[in-house]
Amino acid sequence: MEQHILNGTTRVEGKEGAEPDLPDEQSEIRRRVAACFRTTAAGQDRLLQPLRDDLLLLDSGLDSLCFAIIVAELEDQLGVDPFADLDDAGFPVTFGEFVNLYEAAAGSRH
Amino acid sequence: MASLRARLAWARPDPASRIEAPDASLGLCELATASGLGPSASTLAGRSVLVRTARQIGAAQALLELDGVARRLVLCPPDLAAAHLPYVVGAAEVEAIVTDVADPALQALGVPVLRLEAPRAPVPAAAAESEWLLFTSGTTGVPKLVAHSLAALTGATAPPAPAGERPVWATFYDIRRYGGLQILLRALTGGCALVLADPDEPLPDHLSRLARSGVTHMSGTPSHWRRLLMGGQPGAFRPGYVRLSGEIADQPVLDGLRSLFPHARIVHAYASTEAGVVFEVDDGREGFPADFLGRPGPVEMKLADGSLRVRSPRTSTRYVGPDAGPLFDAEGFVDTGDIVEVREGRCRFAGRRNGVINVGGLKVHPEEVEAVINRHPAVRLSMVRARANPITGAVVTADVALVDPAAAASAEGISDLRASILAMCRSALPPHKAPATIRFVPELRITAGGKLDRSNA
Repeated sequence: MEQHILNGTTRVEGKEGAEPDLPDEQSEIRRRVAACFRTTAAGQDRLLQPLRDDLLLLDSGLDSLCFAIIVAELEDQLGVDPFADLDDAGFPVTFGEFVNLYEAAAGSRH
Repeated sequence: MASLRARLAWARPDPASRIEAPDASLGLCELATASGLGPSASTLAGRSVLVRTARQIGAAQALLELDGVARRLVLCPPDLAAAHLPYVVGAAEVEAIVTDVADPALQALGVPVLRLEAPRAPVPAAAAESEWLLFTSGTTGVPKLVAHSLAALTGATAPPAPAGERPVWATFYDIRRYGGLQILLRALTGGCALVLADPDEPLPDHLSRLARSGVTHMSGTPSHWRRLLMGGQPGAFRPGYVRLSGEIADQPVLDGLRSLFPHARIVHAYASTEAGVVFEVDDGREGFPADFLGRPGPVEMKLADGSLRVRSPRTSTRYVGPDAGPLFDAEGFVDTGDIVEVREGRCRFAGRRNGVINVGGLKVHPEEVEAVINRHPAVRLSMVRARANPITGAVVTADVALVDPAAAASAEGISDLRASILAMCRSALPPHKAPATIRFVPELRITAGGKLDRSNA
């Protein structure tokens, strides 16, 4: 998806009338992250807790191998690995923070 | 120990037996009785001589010329970069070069260069015990040299068969590498014809040449043989003896060869440049019997720290060069670096010690994962490697080449195949060993040495 800066506002090509702060793309990333959590949990025979923003990753039902798989898979899908330059933000603790990390990384890529 | 040329003469080769390349050949009888180096051959006596040839057949001739004459002969593999030649000349104290081609890079090395001609001149006296220096396989960067003797190199070679029962040898290997050199030495000391491969020759042409020359015994790596299996039809080529070495021979390749060549004796051998020829297995099963370990005899094997150790008269004698480390442990065993697992009376190779993937502290050998993936009916070949991961340090990732690449043409096809391969891995392997990601690739590179190219792994 191409983006252009026009008169100081951001517009998404081919999406007339989209909100200037790109909610569509952000929710697309959220959908992908959530889908990735679900398929990984299923593949690893893990019982995944409902994905709410305040869900602690520690309590999600996933182990570190699951997260390793999710990070690798999302890197393939989205082309970003926000953990590679995880400076002051630190590791995400909740599902909401995890999604934010990817939204920020995908946004700064453009 | 008699020289290689003397042993060829003793084998009394048939006048019709030749070493054949696609566009050239040399008769074994001429090679046994005449020199192609002319009068300057005598200047090589007692020298350290580099064999750097453009073609395999030139290397075969050079080795016959030099063994027993030179103090030391250094056999360059085909892919040795010219940039490494000055190092090799220094490390092996090279005093002369024998070649089959006009090469300015050789002239620049500052030692005499002798060009091979057709064998016509009288053979020089050969009374020396030549040391053979070979390059270890699979190394990158500065080449690593190991020393051998002809006796060690031919330690696994049978005496000549009676005339009329002699095999016609061929190999997919280049004879300038250990695996191919074994076959060259078997052919020469056994007085047998040998058909050389050419990397530029299309496989169907190669196979029909093998059939025309009446090849009975053929050797190659499992990757070489898989390439033949992929082709499906060997045409009129029907070897009676099929030999695999240089890589792990897994059950699918053994089974594939069994069904393609139902009447052949199929042997997988374990050998390396450092350890020499260690053993052969012909029961059609991957791995080797556990009672080989600790078995008395000239070739002794044991496991230490998980890897196979070998003490044998066929091992090389030492590493050569300014930074050469020790080859043997205190008891004279060579560490092959190949990890062996023992299960139900059978030893199986689980990969190289240095190829281990560490997933959150748990070790994964790429080969054990590849073995599972390769069992999937849609999979032609796979290569498993480490992928850096911020959570576990590394995860397992697999590059997969399919039998039918069109199966991965659609997103749906990719997703179905990925799910089915992963399901297979998860049922056969602990979770950390199943690939985290799978990528479908049009093909997997095979190195010039015939092995899966793990250089980017």
